[in-house]
Amino acid sequence: MDALPSVSVALAGSGGAGVMTAGNMLLEAAAHAGYYGLMTRTSGPQIRGGEAAAMLRISTFAGDGQDDRYHLLAAIDWLNVQRFAAELPLGAQSLIVGDPAQGEPPEVFTRSGARYAPVPLKATAGEIAGAWPNMVALGVLAALVGLPLASLEAAARKAMKKGLEPGIAAAQRGYALAKGLPSFPLAPPPPKKNRWLITGNEAAGYGALRGGVRFVAAYPITPATELLEYLSPALAKVGGTLVQAEDELASINMALGASFGGVPSLTATSGPGLSLMIESLGLGVAAEVPVVVVDVMRTGPSTGIATKTEQADLGTALYGLHGDAPHLVIAPNSLEDCLAATEWAVGLSEQLQCPAIVLADQYLGQARAVVDAPAKGDGFIERLKAKGDGAGAAGGDAKSGAATSLADEAAKPAAGAAKPAAELYKRYALTPSGVSPMAIPGTPGTTYTADGLEHNEKGTPSSQASDHLAQMDKRARKLAQLDPGEAWATVEGEGETALVTFGSCTGPAREALARLEAAGEKVRLVSLRMLAPAQPQRLARALEGVRRVMVLEQNHSGQFLKYLRAEYGLPFEVKSLRRPGPLPFRPAEIQGALAQWRSA
Amino acid sequence: MDSYDDFMARAYAMELEATERYAQFAEQLDTHNNRQVAQMFRKLADVEALHAKRILEEMRWPSMPALPPAYAWETAEGPETAHFDQLHYLMQPMHALEIALKCELQAQQYFENIAASKAPARVRKAATEMADEEREHVRLIRDWMKRVPQVKPGWDEDLDPPQVTE
Amino acid sequence: MNAPAAPMALVAKDFKSDYKPVWCPGCGDYSVLSAITKALAMLGLRPENVAVVSGIGCSSRIPAYTTCYGFHGVHGRSLPAATGLKAARPDLTVLVASGDGDGYSIGGNHFLHACRRNVDLTYIVMDNHVYGMTKGQPSPTTEPDWSSKLAPGGTGLREFHPLVIALASGANFVARAFSGDPNGCASMIAEAVKHPGFSFVEVLSPCVTFRPEQRAWKDAVHAAPVAATDDPARAARRIMTDDGFNIGVLFKGKRPPYKPGVGKSAQESAQAVAALEAGFRLQEA
Repeated sequence: MDALPSVSVALAGSGGAGVMTAGNMLLEAAAHAGYYGLMTRTSGPQIRGGEAAAMLRISTFAGDGQDDRYHLLAAIDWLNVQRFAAELPLGAQSLIVGDPAQGEPPEVFTRSGARYAPVPLKATAGEIAGAWPNMVALGVLAALVGLPLASLEAAARKAMKKGLEPGIAAAQRGYALAKGLPSFPLAPPPPKKNRWLITGNEAAGYGALRGGVRFVAAYPITPATELLEYLSPALAKVGGTLVQAEDELASINMALGASFGGVPSLTATSGPGLSLMIESLGLGVAAEVPVVVVDVMRTGPSTGIATKTEQADLGTALYGLHGDAPHLVIAPNSLEDCLAATEWAVGLSEQLQCPAIVLADQYLGQARAVVDAPAKGDGFIERLKAKGDGAGAAGGDAKSGAATSLADEAAKPAAGAAKPAAELYKRYALTPSGVSPMAIPGTPGTTYTADGLEHNEKGTPSSQASDHLAQMDKRARKLAQLDPGEAWATVEGEGETALVTFGSCTGPAREALARLEAAGEKVRLVSLRMLAPAQPQRLARALEGVRRVMVLEQNHSGQFLKYLRAEYGLPFEVKSLRRPGPLPFRPAEIQGALAQWRSA
Repeated sequence: MDSYDDFMARAYAMELEATERYAQFAEQLDTHNNRQVAQMFRKLADVEALHAKRILEEMRWPSMPALPPAYAWETAEGPETAHFDQLHYLMQPMHALEIALKCELQAQQYFENIAASKAPARVRKAATEMADEEREHVRLIRDWMKRVPQVKPGWDEDLDPPQVTE
Repeated sequence: MNAPAAPMALVAKDFKSDYKPVWCPGCGDYSVLSAITKALAMLGLRPENVAVVSGIGCSSRIPAYTTCYGFHGVHGRSLPAATGLKAARPDLTVLVASGDGDGYSIGGNHFLHACRRNVDLTYIVMDNHVYGMTKGQPSPTTEPDWSSKLAPGGTGLREFHPLVIALASGANFVARAFSGDPNGCASMIAEAVKHPGFSFVEVLSPCVTFRPEQRAWKDAVHAAPVAATDDPARAARRIMTDDGFNIGVLFKGKRPPYKPGVGKSAQESAQAVAALEAGFRLQEA
């Protein structure tokens, strides 16, 4: 077979077979050989012993989407592996590798027309003391995609703490057994450059640290737990703190409490936890306490499918807060963007003293990939702080550059007064930018009470219509005046048709459009990163000259389409391409939908 | 009661505590729109403050010293301090005077007890003087009570139910 | 007693803001506010180094009535907010104000975990056995036969016993105070602040509007006959068998408090963040 730019490989088996370990080593081996790669995983509901599959895509180009079909499916055994049939599409060109001692491959796989190559994985491993069949399978797969044995050995050395020598021996046997089987050799790797191996959850966690987060409250929930687990030791290293909370009601309030104390704070969760946090996010809006919640979306509603992806928390993230509660919603649109998007969200949240929700998802969060080293972001953006006694309690409006009359008044020394600054300090001063200097506990002369009750400029509770309107305007103004620059979306390509999407749909969309372009068809891609505040003028500019818009999203009801219609109008011919999770969109599906629409 | 200074400090604290409590009461009733009784509590606070000031002058303490941070009475609070729970937002002037009368009587009793105790002569003499003063206050309040209307039954009836604020 | 000679740096009044409380005249919470301000003065603290955190309810109005930094959050979540604040800012003195509805009902779970986490907080619960701010519904500490609109004839449910629960959950300091004794209450709060770890002060604080019969509490309360013990089992037996009006510090434990992370300078921290990149960087083959 001709050399391929991208090969998709799956390794399945049931509990104890070590398919995830082998999958990770295959990814490491690909990275070692200079390729890009992506690994996702699927498993049954069992905590231990359930069926599982490691799904890899090894390629000469960067990306986090899935291909249309798997070239290779290897199984150490077939117990319940048929449950993954929908996630593992095969074609007539595909190859199934299985151990004949474990029975024939299930019909759901063979009816694709895929060829079957029986390989005695268990028997081969049995010939080497201390070796396991997963390593034999690993050797077979590495050979079939053309990875050098040296890379496989390097990966094994990095990953295996025990049984290394027998493991390598088993992989070598597998490598040899692959001879003569139909193979899927990869094209030569691209020139080497600085690359990282990272999951989306780790990227989000690291982005948070870069953004300045030094306090994290954690309540475990699939699929966000790894983000929190990454941050626990990392925070200890950077002088931060992680507290495990008793529930999500606690974790969001711990984060708010820490941020009130002046420390940039974050928590991570998934849909059920986000629902519990919503009330308190409103407190963050009203009391103007910055905080970031990373929502690693999973399939809902309710407990849904905890281990699978979906883009169905969009409505909750945008509109879930009670009252009019302007806040930030940022969606990373690739695995590595989990880093930049989270770093950005932290900075914006600090800058605007406003809660931010980062909408990642299970697909991006739990996938592990070889990516180009992410660029340096803006780093730590310090919030506007009140200076305290004598130094002008209300400070200046740093963003607008002009001190307001209120700030001026507060800055005047109050001669002879017992508590000058505290009496004049206006925590919620009506500044032109809407951002007012925040006093940090420990600062003398600027004490105030952060309050979820509607309040006046000083923070004193008020039920006056005028105070409510003024503070609502102020909170809205912060977001309305925000200039996100180019970061608001990823805009690529040109043409009269545009594909508008967000989040993890972006990868397959980009790949579909690249194939169309190769075939001479031009389609624009607009992938929104800043979902709130909405950027209608920017979208209008990005869609100039467009006549038809296809809206791509992974949920049942078309939440993104409804949002676009509400915020932008969309004066085009519009088509929705959507379905719920957990299956990812594949490029051919998007390509097909576009082709069908055009011919319709 | 070991020394004259101790005795006077305690007497001072007692007056100051009473002053502060009446001032708090005045504030509470202002907030609850019972201006008439608030005004009376303010007057009572002034009377006690005057008493405290006289102690200061007599002791030649340079300025109003702060309430000593740690001290304890035999009872929960000073003998001249009204209980927090005595207040009602619809209370009548007579109620305020009843509270004051009780406090003054307690104060009088307190000083009389010291005057009759085995305390040093100087302390007993001062206590006797202060008991006389409190007795005079009792008399004044009783006079005052004659000038305010008697409390009518149903004074605490509210035509509206309490408010829900949050 | 010493003569009140040298003026203190700050007195109770300096901790009291100009914002007038909206509590009903006669409410026990006035007295608790007074006790808190006295305690802070006794401890020689400065308002800017103290944070008072609360949830929702009559008692939770306290932060704004002080000159300290205040956080008036959502219903039932004062303890988590305070936990985050103290963990992130161990230099601050953090007081938490709550009531029997806010603290024992909607915030009940946080109460258990704050006790066992043992963060150095002082938790002051003003218990009046009723939801006052929503007009007199039964709370977890309301007597089973107390009749109300929401539960005519009473709830029939036994009362929650906050002190026993605090003790069983690991609180390091357990006290019962009475609002009618603001001085005693103040010294108990001061002692609670000084004691390391999670200190719980339950204050019997009458609601004169919905539970006017609680005015009789001042005749029912009595000082605890024995000093605080450090033996949880002994304290539990005492608390379980007392009449509910035993006032005093009842337990002073010796559990080490929660240790927050060790902070780093901004520069060191930034360097440490940059160093974490190495964990993701691929080795060039």
